[in-house]
Amino acid sequence: MAEENKEKQETLSRRRFLRNTGFTVGGLAVGGILGSLVPRGKDDNKNNPPAPQDQDFNQALMYFTPEQFRITEAATERIFPEDDNGPGAKALGVAYFIDHQLAGDWGFNARDYMQSPFFPGEKVQGYQGRLKRRDIFDIGLRELQNYSNTVGKKNFEELSGDEQDKILKDFEEDKVNLTTLSPSGFFQLLRSATLEGVYSDPLYGGNKNMDGWKMRNYPGSQMAYAEIIEKDFQKIKPQSLQSHMKH
Amino acid sequence: MARKLPKADVVLVGVGWTGGIIASELTKKGLKVVGLERGKERKTEDYFMVHDELRYALRYDLFQDLSKETITFRGNERIRALPMRQYGSFLLGDGLGGSGVHWNGQTYRFLPYDFEIRSKTIEKYGQNKIPAEMSIQDWGITYDQLEPYYDKFEKTCGISGEENPHPGAGKRSDKFPTPPMKKSPAIKMFETAAKNLKLNPYMMPSANLSESYKNPDGISRAACQYCGYCERFGCEYGAKADPVVTVIPVAKKTGNFEIRTHSHVRRILHTGNKATGVLYVDTTTGEEIEQPADIVVLTSYVFNNVRLLLMSDLGRPYDPATGTGVIGKNYAYQVMKGNAVGFFNDKEFSTFAGAGSLGIVLDDYNGDNFDHSNLGFIHGGSISLTQTGLRPIQNNPVPKGTPAWGKEFKQQSLKYANRFLSVGGQGSSMPFKHHYLDLDPTYKDAFGDPLIRITFDFEDQDRNLAVFLAEKSAQILKEMGANHIDSLKELGPYDITTYQSTHNTGGVIMGADPSTSAVNNYLQMWDVDNLFVVGAANFAHNSGYNPTGTVGALAYRCAEGIDKYRQTGGQVV
Ligand SMILES: Cc1cc2nc3c(=O)[nH]c(=O)nc-3n(C[C@H](O)[C@H](O)[C@H](O)COP(=O)(O)OP(=O)(O)OC[C@H]3O[C@@H](n4cnc5c(N)ncnc54)[C@H](O)[C@@H]3O)c2cc1C
Ligand code: SF4
Repeated sequence: MAEENKEKQETLSRRRFLRNTGFTVGGLAVGGILGSLVPRGKDDNKNNPPAPQDQDFNQALMYFTPEQFRITEAATERIFPEDDNGPGAKALGVAYFIDHQLAGDWGFNARDYMQSPFFPGEKVQGYQGRLKRRDIFDIGLRELQNYSNTVGKKNFEELSGDEQDKILKDFEEDKVNLTTLSPSGFFQLLRSATLEGVYSDPLYGGNKNMDGWKMRNYPGSQMAYAEIIEKDFQKIKPQSLQSHMKH
Repeated sequence: MARKLPKADVVLVGVGWTGGIIASELTKKGLKVVGLERGKERKTEDYFMVHDELRYALRYDLFQDLSKETITFRGNERIRALPMRQYGSFLLGDGLGGSGVHWNGQTYRFLPYDFEIRSKTIEKYGQNKIPAEMSIQDWGITYDQLEPYYDKFEKTCGISGEENPHPGAGKRSDKFPTPPMKKSPAIKMFETAAKNLKLNPYMMPSANLSESYKNPDGISRAACQYCGYCERFGCEYGAKADPVVTVIPVAKKTGNFEIRTHSHVRRILHTGNKATGVLYVDTTTGEEIEQPADIVVLTSYVFNNVRLLLMSDLGRPYDPATGTGVIGKNYAYQVMKGNAVGFFNDKEFSTFAGAGSLGIVLDDYNGDNFDHSNLGFIHGGSISLTQTGLRPIQNNPVPKGTPAWGKEFKQQSLKYANRFLSVGGQGSSMPFKHHYLDLDPTYKDAFGDPLIRITFDFEDQDRNLAVFLAEKSAQILKEMGANHIDSLKELGPYDITTYQSTHNTGGVIMGADPSTSAVNNYLQMWDVDNLFVVGAANFAHNSGYNPTGTVGALAYRCAEGIDKYRQTGGQVV
């Protein structure tokens, strides 16, 4: 319990710190920016600080701005929403997963062929753009925000679920006119990254508590199935890669 | 100026399945062999954290780094070829063991029909059955001639299997080294359904061992654990036959095999029509090095086997306008999309478990095992149900008509996660005059060398075959009791963005006639006696099976050819 109190105090004092220092930096009024560093959800739960077991040091940003993070969190939640089966993308940490992926090799397309010349090709020839995945997210999320403000008069994350779905569908079906990138290309990237975040090993920051796996009775990383391969379906308690570290 | 090293008896370009087999056979005979491998060393201990779908299956940890080298592709000669910037249709091996590390291990023999496809098609259906542009030809070898080498490769791997009951299959000189894999409930359902339909199912020949096994070289390996992380992953048990745990240690033990990793070969050196060695770059230092050798063997997979010949001005490049020349000719692939998915409402399967070559298959619609008189294609494909381990990121099928995201997608994909089975055809691929490999005029690799260019698309032959195999697959699923079946209705154009198979073939084809083939039936170049090229590049067309059983057999035959050449010189046929 002593631990818990200490953590609570730290969270609170950090929040106070941000509040108190957030008004001016070098004479510029930047309170808005610093204020938005405090995740909204947490702010509303002032009287219900997270229990210590929920403290996840992996849940901080490596690449996204807070605004990009919020849009991603809202959009991925529509792609894989919370329902009776269990948590959606938001609670599974998918936006953190995507943030962390963009910060590394994948975000830089480090293992893709990125030599010029660039020509538009046939669909069957695959992606031929010069934009890297982090550029695609920067631009795509901004376009999603602009489009929301144009058609919904609000930021994407402030729209209702149905309205958000409509916006995403317009991207999916290339109904948005963009000169910067392919709306459906961005949507497909977002969709596949969402599924990766839901179902990859929790070591990457998504699939929190292996809940993605639990919802579909996927056992994660097991050493062997030789004993069950001939038998009818059975549930097996899932295990993540971390379990191998104890060997 | 490149630094010149002392001469070796044999230099190998690439140390995957073919390189490993040649190395083990020749070093046992006392030859000094140098194996140049562009990638890194690999060993079983590397796979401690291997059950990681994201890292290995989606971020392609074990595969060739495309930022350094890729291929370019166009559907036909009228359009501009563009680089494959990201992985899709096939995956390229890299590092010791090559693709042999992360393959599934489905290890077949081709049909007797395959090796004499042109003669047998004409004999039965007449010349007109073969479309004008279709460039099928006999392989210059028969099944019976190749049989001893199949047997050898199967014994090296310890292939687990049972006799193929179809009379169209070739005769075996010996039984499988180990019994078939265990049967899962889904496999039993397929077996019963196929038998009800009067078809001839048999357990898929598997390089994942059904039981522990000691091979003729004295290598012992443990049994497969059905871990479900096989294709695209290395085996943490050494149960999957892979060059690193079979042929490479045998070669090393002789003391005659020197492996140099991080060694990227750029050219085959030659004077007149004799190869003198190879030029390579040590990628850790950037130094250019010349390795002279009496015999050069290309074992660098289809694309680099062809690319190195063309870049080194060896052999006669293929000209699609005239159909003459041979290097790059008869590129073929596979028809993998003729399949069906069955959804079951009240049955759940442990399909998260499985092994790379756990499956059941039938050949009733493969080769010329059925009458083609009224069909718009020749050859056919095997039809199988495999249980290779359904990992959750890549396996989220939903019945047709379900949205691809959102509430309903989540619900349905969770519901069916353990309630669907796929049955699919592995369709053969016939060569056409205008399908070929050559050097790309624009795009370069990290060393400034031209990339290989693929010109390939599906033809009527493939479209008809795909729909045929999809219908047969759906029939089997129906008999298995699926509540809802989605199957392919039409094969679109060849699309490089979706994974189909790493079964690329052709480009350095074998044959009996030097004017229409690049190598003889010992895989010796017709034009350069001391240069051997081996792999699926030798296939004159691709059959309705995975290729590596035949690739392994050809590698054993090639090793024998090299030994003959060393003794007699000249052409060994
Ligand atoms: C995901 C996957 C699954 C597969 N599953 C099956 C299956 O179930 N059944 C089946 O029959 N087949 C399967 N295959 C195909 C099988 O792996 C190949 O047929 C087999 O490995 C080919 O052997 P190879 O020696 O020709 O090429 P590889 O094994 O790929 O070896 C070629 C080696 O050459 C090296 N190399 C290339 N260029 C150079 C250069 N310039 N300099 C130096 N080194 C070079 C590469 O790094 C590589 O290590 C699969 C392939 C993949 C990718
Ligand atoms: S399925 Fe079997 S052979 Fe394949 S990696 Fe797992 S244990 Fe090895």
